[in-house]
Amino acid sequence: MREFFVTTEFVPTDYLPVLIFFLIAGGFGFVTMIAGRFVRPQVSYREKLLPYECGAPPISDARQPFPMRYYIIAMLFVLFDIEAVFMYPWAVVFNQIGLYGLVEMLLFITILVIGYVYAWGKGALEWD
Amino acid sequence: MEIGSMVAVTLVQIAVVMGVVLLTVAYMTYAERKVLSFMQDRLGPMEVGPWGLLQPIADGLKLFFKEDIIPSGANKIIFAVAPIICLVPALIGFAVIPYNGSFTLFGLEGGGVISDLNVGLLYIFAVAGMGAYGVILGGWASNSKYAFLGGLRSAAQIISYELAMGFSIVGVLLLSGSLSLVTVTEAQAGTWFGFIPQWNIFLQPVAFVAYVIAAVAETNRLPFDMPEAESELVAGFFTEYSGMRFSLFFLAEYGNMILVSCLASILFLGGYKAPLPILEFIPGFVWLALKTWALLFFFIWIRGTYPRVRFDQLMKFGWKVLIPVTLANLLVTALGVYIYNN
Repeated sequence: MREFFVTTEFVPTDYLPVLIFFLIAGGFGFVTMIAGRFVRPQVSYREKLLPYECGAPPISDARQPFPMRYYIIAMLFVLFDIEAVFMYPWAVVFNQIGLYGLVEMLLFITILVIGYVYAWGKGALEWD
Repeated sequence: MEIGSMVAVTLVQIAVVMGVVLLTVAYMTYAERKVLSFMQDRLGPMEVGPWGLLQPIADGLKLFFKEDIIPSGANKIIFAVAPIICLVPALIGFAVIPYNGSFTLFGLEGGGVISDLNVGLLYIFAVAGMGAYGVILGGWASNSKYAFLGGLRSAAQIISYELAMGFSIVGVLLLSGSLSLVTVTEAQAGTWFGFIPQWNIFLQPVAFVAYVIAAVAETNRLPFDMPEAESELVAGFFTEYSGMRFSLFFLAEYGNMILVSCLASILFLGGYKAPLPILEFIPGFVWLALKTWALLFFFIWIRGTYPRVRFDQLMKFGWKVLIPVTLANLLVTALGVYIYNN
């Protein structure tokens, strides 16, 4: 078991502190919330629990259909974010791959820009 | 290093980093009120302690003792955990922030960073992306129209500006050739002509400006605070939150602000490196703190200066200006690096 963690080649050693941090940060959130339970008042009645709507009784359910635009933005984000993530390893090894990498990335960005111009022309980036 | 001492060192580091971050959050709220007040010719908090210095503690205690209201019709479980989903990513991003060079304390060796991941930057972006879930889940679970609209807007805004942020950073990666934040910092050591520090801001000014704008939008700060635009959406996605849950959202927002400022000072301003060799006797973490606080002051400053933009202007600016500019900057940088190397 000890060798499992001590080997420097084995990457997960680096992630152990991250895991500990994750548990501590999550624990901090839960503990502050649960600790407050014992000291705070808990007096609720119907009017207090109504969702806020400028003081008037709420009309209809809040979870109504919402504009398509949010879906389109989310889809475009997924596409472009994958491109962005693809550029990170390229940028890291750029000094080793030289001209080949530069031309490849020019081609890649050209394709990206064609899609971008298409989305722009189709009005996917408009918000009026 | 042995597993036991490694865990011990990690625990101490996490305790110190989290303590500093939470303390900075507390006094950031104080500084924000004070600075804004002085900009508006007021005094700001003055009652609690000398010059109101204990105000953040009083605010924290007050929120701790406040009733926790879960609105009827809310999805209780999601409503309850959304603040934690928001807070955890804002805190664990600090795991890869190098706050000092290597040092030895009480015979234990510390790397000046909780964990020097070789994919540090990607890790931060992956983790920061999770924060958007907390926002949109909190907005949806509240079953309130204001919260719902605020959550949607916030998510759209966060993802739009994350792209520009991601693209603006590639230029820095081209210069330093690594995703590890320690390597990025070390690559900025030294000076040109003996007095200009070799910081990336001088080689990547466009990327720096784009990054700062995207960072302000990412953290939902004025002038891009659409999700919480008080005059139209009450408080945005946390309209229905009260007491401790509200304060966790608040902690997450300010934690994110500190995280993006830390990242900006590491990527563009040399992180824990002193600007001049003469000043190297001052420890690294002081430099990182000074640079981060300067950026945080800048956040408050623009809040005090600019009016809020409209949502359509915000989206248009992100997609039609920032993304093309950062892409062009990336290509120019790649060409420059190639020509310089040959």
